[in-house]
Amino acid sequence: MTPGVFEYHRPKAVDEVLALLGQLGDDAKVLAGGHSLVPMMKLRLAEPAHLIDINAIDALRGIRQDGAAIIIGAATTQAEVIASDLLVAKCSILPEAAAQIADPQVRNCATVGGNCANGDPGNDDPAIMMALDASYVLRSQGGERQVAARDFYEGVYATVLADNELLTEIRIPTPAAGVGMSYQKIKRKVGDYAIAAAAVTLAMADGRCADAAIALTNVGDTALFSSAAADAIKGTSVDAAAIDAAAQAAMAAAAPAEDLRGTVAYRTAMAGQMTRRAIVQALSRATGS
Amino acid sequence: MSEARELTLEEREASIGGIGTARKRKEDARFIRGQGNYVDDIKLPGMLHGDFVRSAHAHALIKSISTEAALEVPGVLAVVTAKDLEPLGLHWMPTLAGDKAAVLADKKVHFQNQEIAFVVATDRYAAMDGVQKVEVEYEALPPLIDPTTALDDDAPIIRDDVASNDEVGQGPRHHPNHIFEWNVGDKEATDAAFAAAEITIREKIAYPRCHPSPLETCGCVASMDATNGKLTVYGTFQAPHVVRTVVSLITSLAESNIRIVSPDIGGGFGNKVGAYPGYICAAAASIVTGHPVKWIESRIDNLSTTAFARDYHMVGELAADKDGKILAVRAEVLADHGAFNTHAQPMKWPAGLFNILTGSYDIPVGHVSVNGVYTNKAPGGVAYRCSFRVTEAAYLIERLVDVLAQQTEVDKAEIRLRNFVQPAQFPYKSCLGWEYDSGDYPTALKKVMAAVDYAGLRKEQAAKRAAGELMGIGVSTFTEIVGAGPVRNCDIVGLGMFDSCEIRVHPTGSVIARLGTKSQGQGHETTFAQIIATELGIPSDNIVIEEGDTDTAPYGLGTYGSRSTPVAGAAAARAARKIREKAKQIAAHVLEVSEQDLEWEVDRFKVAGSDVSMTMKAIAMAAYSNVPEGLEHGLETAAYYDPPNFTYPFGAYICVVDIDRFTGDVKVRRFYALDDCGTRINPMVIDGQIHGGLAEAFAIAMGQEIIYDETGNILGASLMDYFLPSAVETPTWETDFTVTPCPHHPIGAKGIGESPNVGGVPAFSNAIIDAFAHHGVRHMSMPHTQSKVWQTLNELGLNK
Ligand SMILES: Cc1cc2nc3c(=O)[nH]c(=O)nc-3n(C[C@H](O)[C@H](O)[C@H](O)COP(=O)(O)OP(=O)(O)OC[C@H]3O[C@@H](n4cnc5c(N)ncnc54)[C@H](O)[C@@H]3O)c2cc1C
Repeated sequence: MTPGVFEYHRPKAVDEVLALLGQLGDDAKVLAGGHSLVPMMKLRLAEPAHLIDINAIDALRGIRQDGAAIIIGAATTQAEVIASDLLVAKCSILPEAAAQIADPQVRNCATVGGNCANGDPGNDDPAIMMALDASYVLRSQGGERQVAARDFYEGVYATVLADNELLTEIRIPTPAAGVGMSYQKIKRKVGDYAIAAAAVTLAMADGRCADAAIALTNVGDTALFSSAAADAIKGTSVDAAAIDAAAQAAMAAAAPAEDLRGTVAYRTAMAGQMTRRAIVQALSRATGS
Repeated sequence: MSEARELTLEEREASIGGIGTARKRKEDARFIRGQGNYVDDIKLPGMLHGDFVRSAHAHALIKSISTEAALEVPGVLAVVTAKDLEPLGLHWMPTLAGDKAAVLADKKVHFQNQEIAFVVATDRYAAMDGVQKVEVEYEALPPLIDPTTALDDDAPIIRDDVASNDEVGQGPRHHPNHIFEWNVGDKEATDAAFAAAEITIREKIAYPRCHPSPLETCGCVASMDATNGKLTVYGTFQAPHVVRTVVSLITSLAESNIRIVSPDIGGGFGNKVGAYPGYICAAAASIVTGHPVKWIESRIDNLSTTAFARDYHMVGELAADKDGKILAVRAEVLADHGAFNTHAQPMKWPAGLFNILTGSYDIPVGHVSVNGVYTNKAPGGVAYRCSFRVTEAAYLIERLVDVLAQQTEVDKAEIRLRNFVQPAQFPYKSCLGWEYDSGDYPTALKKVMAAVDYAGLRKEQAAKRAAGELMGIGVSTFTEIVGAGPVRNCDIVGLGMFDSCEIRVHPTGSVIARLGTKSQGQGHETTFAQIIATELGIPSDNIVIEEGDTDTAPYGLGTYGSRSTPVAGAAAARAARKIREKAKQIAAHVLEVSEQDLEWEVDRFKVAGSDVSMTMKAIAMAAYSNVPEGLEHGLETAAYYDPPNFTYPFGAYICVVDIDRFTGDVKVRRFYALDDCGTRINPMVIDGQIHGGLAEAFAIAMGQEIIYDETGNILGASLMDYFLPSAVETPTWETDFTVTPCPHHPIGAKGIGESPNVGGVPAFSNAIIDAFAHHGVRHMSMPHTQSKVWQTLNELGLNK
C-alpha cells in the first residue's frame, strides 16, 4: 500500500500544466481528486514518474451558464456538483448521480473531469455526459479541440485523450425546459461502482416522445450509448410496450463481464431494469406527473 | 457549613456504578478522539520496516529466489528467506492445531500470497521497492481449490512435508490431503432412528469461507534489546500470554526474557488469535539487526493470508414425526482448512464445539462426523466472532428446523416451540455430549413473537404472496456454548483454558485490576470494573483495568470465544471476594468486633443491628496502617478461575425482509433480537455488542465471502468487494432480553459478544428463504447477494 517514487508538480496555471504535459508526455499523470489514480498508485498498478496536481488552478473549477451551454470546469468536485443551484435547476441528473458516487469524503475531492477522463467503465459521469450529448474541451500546447462524450471512449482506460492533453472543461447543451431525466443505479453498497446503471433524458410533445437519449454504465468496456434503446421510445407514447422494447435494446447493447457484482445474465438484466426505471422516472418528470 | 446528608442505600448503590449499570464505556474517550494507541502508532528509535514477497501462484515449486537486485535498493538492509530461517529452526512454526505452518515458503508455495521472503528496510516505501525487485522462479503445480475433490485418489498432494505422516496432530488420517476425522454421538442409534422415522429431511448447506476483517489489520513491532537479551513484541494479539509461551517454546529464549504487549486493538473477531509469519520474521529480523522491526499488514494481506473463518460444507439431516417433533439429527461435514491446519480451537476439538448442533432443541439422539482437508488456499479456520465452530452448528440446525417446518407444514415458530428443551429439563444433557447450564427458550421466543406481532406478520405475508410480492419472516432460536473453558476439556498447547484477575486496592480506596484477557473493543475497561465495583463497594470510576502486557498481567488465555466474562469475569469476582474476606478481618479488628458480627452492605461492613460500620475506603487505608496481628499488610490478591462448565447463552431473533423481485435487492424491514446472556453487567455495552454482532451477521449473510477462482487466485480481497456494511446498509436493530442466570458462574453471567453473529446469520437466511417458501424453495446458499437472489427469482420466473 505504498506508491513508488514520483516527482510532484503543483502548477498555478493551465499553460504550465500544458507545458509539463508537452515535456513529460506519458511519464506524467494529471492528479485531480486522486480517488482513482492514488488507489492504483498505492498498489503500484500505476507508477507515474511525475504527478501534475491541478488542484491549485482556480480556472479549472466552477459551474456556469455560457450562452446555450452549461460549463463544468474539469476540477469541479462532485460535492460542488451536488451543491450547484444551476445544475439542480437545469440539469438535475448530474447532482442526483453525484450523490450516488462513492461517499461524502470521496466526493469532496473527486472531480467531474477526473471521472470523465479516467476511462473506467465503472465511472458514472461518462454515460450521463453521453445522454446529455456533452462535449469535452481538450487542450494541449498545440491548441484546443472539442470531442463529444459519445466519441471519447475507446476501451477500458482507453480514450482519445492524448498524453499531452488536459481536459479543461465539459460543455453541456442546456437541456430545454420540460426535458425529463433520470439516472438509476444499482450497486452492492455505498462506495461501490454500479452493477449496472442507466442515464435517460427524454422530451415529450403532444403525448409522444419527441427526443430521447439513453446510455449505460459499467456493462461494457466503456459507457455505452444506445441509440437503439432511445429509438424504441422515440415517437411512442412511452407506454409499457415501448419501455419494454427500450429495456430489451439496452440489454442487447450491454456486454458486461462476470465479476463479484454478479453474473453476465444478472448484470445484463439489471441494465434492462435500470433503463426501465430511468425511463419511467424521466417520463414522469417530463410530464410533470 | 451544613452537614453532608447521609446517602440512602439506593444512592450509595448508584454511586458505585456496578453490575447492572448502563455506564458509558471508559475506553471510548480515547477511541473516538483518535487517541487510541494501536500497534502502528508505536514508533521506536531506529525502527526498521518489513514487508513480504508473496506468492503469485496457489501451488508451485520454488525453483529459485534471487535477492541481489533487492539488496541494491537504497534503504533495503536484508532479504530473509526460508534458507536464512532454517538454521534457527524458524522456517516452519507449530500451529495451535498440532500441525506446522511455513513461516517462509520452503521449496514450495501452497496458496496465493503465501509469504516467500521478508524484506527489511529503513522505511515502508523502501521495503516495498525491495519486494518488487525480488525475483522468484516458480514451477507451477496443479492447484486444489475445491475441497470436495481433496480426497480423490488423483488429487494433487498439497503438503509434501507431511504426505506420508499417518497423523498431523489431530488423530489418524487416510489421505495425504486429509487432516482429521472427528465423530461424536451414537451412530447406530441415530441411523436406526432415521430408518424408523415417518419424516426425514436432508439438506446440503454450506457456510462459505469468510474473513473476520477487523478494521485494524494484524501487525507487530519486535524489539530485541541486545544489552539484556530481552525481546519485546508489541502486536495485535488476542492472547498475549499464549504468544509468550509459544515464542519461548520455539526459540530458546527464557519466557522471562520475552515481553508481549497487546496495545489497543482495533477489532479481532478471531483474526488475531493465531501466530503469523510476520510476527516471527519481525522478531527474527530484530534479533539479527539489533533494531526494532515493524510489520503491518495491508488490507489485501489481511484478507488474503491471515486467518479466515468457516468454509464448512455440511449435509444435515433431521428425522421427525409428522407433527414436526424431532427424533434425531445427523450431520456430515467437510471442513476446508486451507494449506496448513492453523485453525484456532482448544486442542482436543478438531471441529471445535460443533457438537452444539442440537441447538435449543430436545433431540434424543444424534451423530456428527467432520472431516478436515487441506486445499491450496490460505490457512485458518478461526472462530469469527463465535465460540469454536458454534456458528456453523447454529446455522445448520436453524436452517434444518426451517426445512423441517416446510416439510411438515408446521409454522416455523411453532415447530421450535414444539421442540425446545423445556426450562424444567435444565441442567440438560444433550445427545451430543454437552450439559446445558440454564435456559428458558419458550419464554424468549414467545416474548419476541408478541413484540413483533408474529401472527399479524404471517397474515400480511399471506396477503403479499397473493399479490405476487415477496416478504420473508426469519426465526432463529439459537443456543451457544461459550466460555472455554473447563481445563478438563480445553487446552491450548497444553495450557489449561482458565483465566485470571489480580486486584490491588490502594490506600485511599481506589483500585487497579489486571486480567489475562485482552479487549479488542469489547469494553473490558468498563465492564470488569463494574464487576469489581459491586463486589468491593468501590465506585467503578475509581477502578482501572489493565490487560495485555505479559510483564504485568497475570497469566490468562486471552479473549475470543466469548470467554472473557465467563472466565476472566468470574476470576475478577473471585479475586474481589478474597479481598473482601481480608477486608472483613481488618474491619473486625478496627471496629473491635468479631467477624461474625459483621454484615456486608453495598460499600461497607456493618456491625449487625447497629449503626457502626466501616467503609471499604476506610478499610483500604487500615490495610496499610492498622491490620490485626498475624495478617499481612496490603490489600491485594489474584484469582485463577477454572470454570466448572461452559456457559450457554441463547436468544430468539425475528427478521422481516422484503425482496425486490426484479433486482434481487433484499430490504431488512425489521430485526428484533432478544438475547439472554444471564446476569447483565452493563446493558449499554451489551446493546453495543449486539449491534456490532448483528451488523457482522448481516454482512456475512448478505455479502461476505472469500472467493477463489479455479486456479486459486483469490478474488475480491479488498474492501471494494469484501462486504463491510456502512451505516447506510446496516438495518435498524431492536433489542430485548430475558435474564436466566448462569448457575455456576459467580455472578451468573454467560457472555454476549458472539450471540448476535451466531444467531443473526440464520435469521437473515431463514427470512430470505422464507420469502420463497411458497414456491417450494427450501434452501438458498449464502451470501445472499443481489445476483444470487435474482438467480432464484429468475429460475422461478418471478421477475417477469
Ligand atoms: C471508495 C470509492 C468509491 C468510488 N465510487 C465511485 C462511483 O460509484 N462512481 C464513480 O463514477 N466513481 C467512483 N469513484 C471514483 C471517483 O469518482 C474518482 O475519483 C473518479 O473516478 C476520478 O476523479 P478524480 O478527480 O479522483 O481523478 P484522479 O483520480 O485524480 O484521476 C483519474 C484519472 O484521470 C486523469 N485526469 C484527471 N483529471 C484530468 C484532466 N482534467 N485532464 C486529463 N486527465 C485527467 C488522471 O490523470 C487519472 O488518470 C470512487 C472512488 C472511491 C475511492
